[in-house]
Amino acid sequence: MSLDIWMRENPLTYVWIGSYGVAFLIFAIEIAMVMHKRKITLQQVRLMREAEESEGI
Amino acid sequence: MAINWFKYSAPTTFYGLAGKLIPWFAISSVILCAIALYIGFAVAPMDATQGQFYRIIFIHVPTSIISMFLYLVMAGYAALGLIFNTRLSSMMASAVAPTGALFAFISLWTGALWGKPMWGAWWVWDARLTSELILLFLYLGFIALHASIDDPRRADRAAALLAIVGSVNVPIIYFSVKWWNTLHQGSTIKYSGTSMHIAMQQAMFTMLVACWLYAIAVTLMRVRSIILERERHTKWIAQLAEVK
Repeated sequence: MSLDIWMRENPLTYVWIGSYGVAFLIFAIEIAMVMHKRKITLQQVRLMREAEESEGI
Repeated sequence: MAINWFKYSAPTTFYGLAGKLIPWFAISSVILCAIALYIGFAVAPMDATQGQFYRIIFIHVPTSIISMFLYLVMAGYAALGLIFNTRLSSMMASAVAPTGALFAFISLWTGALWGKPMWGAWWVWDARLTSELILLFLYLGFIALHASIDDPRRADRAAALLAIVGSVNVPIIYFSVKWWNTLHQGSTIKYSGTSMHIAMQQAMFTMLVACWLYAIAVTLMRVRSIILERERHTKWIAQLAEVK
């Protein structure tokens, strides 16, 4: 009930934080995850290459 | 000058091309998003009946459209991978799925935020809302099915079937407001015209392009990791500057 009153008194804050804030946060998390995934994948590939080279393959 | 498109259907050449394109798509997306927000909040007038709440439209409609369009793109790539056995197509389908799922989630989330002040409810089992929820589950099903099979080529084929069968849901979402009596409103923009203010249209379409460019940039970033992972035993990966 209190949220109903608050959203009607602060419609722009409700719109900004609730929809745009959450959407941009999700986009930021997605970008961070994709960049982290690339970093991890590159590390794995480098380690694999080093292991292959040390074994003389 | 003719461009040999087939050249870029190989992961070897596409990896470098994607790397060059990502900054252009990302920067364009940020600029267009800022323009859309400026028009949407500073130029577009307040709605006569919905007040300020209608401004959710500038994120809700573009993310909803992109969530449906990305599913068709994903199913298209999956079908290409299944029919022609092209590696890159299947990799692209896998790369599109998480972004599509996030767009479907944002569409449902912003829809709920809009529904509460307008309808008095966060959620109703309306045909449009339910079919969009099914779209989110289809994306999650695709991701889960792909992750559950160890062999990537078998995972590609199994998930491709789900993606192709699930694509029937997209026209259902689009036409749901025409086929059934729904609480969700019908299309505001039609071929015959629209009653929307020009600034509202500009903000919505600019955000649509921004979301589309963002989706391309993130998908390209993700597919580069998938290519690296799957092609790690090849010689061309070993010769990459970032791997050395």
